[in-house]
Amino acid sequence: MDNLIVRYISRIFLPFVQLYGLYVILHGHLSPGGGFSGGAILGAGMVLYALSFNLPEGEKNFSPDASTILESGGTLLYAGIGLFSLLLGANFLANKAAGYPLGTPGNLFSSGAIPVITLGVGMKVASTVITFFYRLIAREGGQNGAAD
Amino acid sequence: MTSAMAYLLLIFLVVCAIAVARTRDLLAAVIIFAAYSLIMAILWQLLAAPDVAVTEAAVGAGVTTLLLVAAVAKTRRQE
Repeated sequence: MDNLIVRYISRIFLPFVQLYGLYVILHGHLSPGGGFSGGAILGAGMVLYALSFNLPEGEKNFSPDASTILESGGTLLYAGIGLFSLLLGANFLANKAAGYPLGTPGNLFSSGAIPVITLGVGMKVASTVITFFYRLIAREGGQNGAAD
Repeated sequence: MTSAMAYLLLIFLVVCAIAVARTRDLLAAVIIFAAYSLIMAILWQLLAAPDVAVTEAAVGAGVTTLLLVAAVAKTRRQE
């Protein structure tokens, strides 16, 4: 899609989309949304960039290696938090019983391990959406086929 | 919540759903489907389900549309 207007607008839009995705992820325990919604917004922002430019340009910005690290890192973060509360003598993914500091309700840094778990889910979902799109429009030995 | 607004949105939702099935141009069908998702998100919000509304707006209107546009770009545009 070689369109100057589309490229320019998507380049202006991208930081705001990603900031909103991070906002939804980090406020997952306070407001509507959470790991899945915020991760989908983050991933859709990168997909918009790769769609308005082309696939090599998108892969320069967010490489498949970074996607692999982010995807595995999200899963490991989730499982690691669960196993860590097992190590502290409570059930798997226990929050208050494991003794995490809960903070005051309504603050950004509150509710124990929930924000960290939400961050892990967000990382996983964002990289999965981006990987879906990259693999869908990747054609072996050629440019992405942007029809008309 | 104004019920007249809700009825208007519901009528538009049904019109969008029928138009998606009847359109021969696949790219136009994808765009109409995005409009359907957007109306559905507003209706979720009116029904006091903001969490579902955020997810519907992000996944239904965002990711699904992008994936379907990519699929149309890889195949033919006309049905």
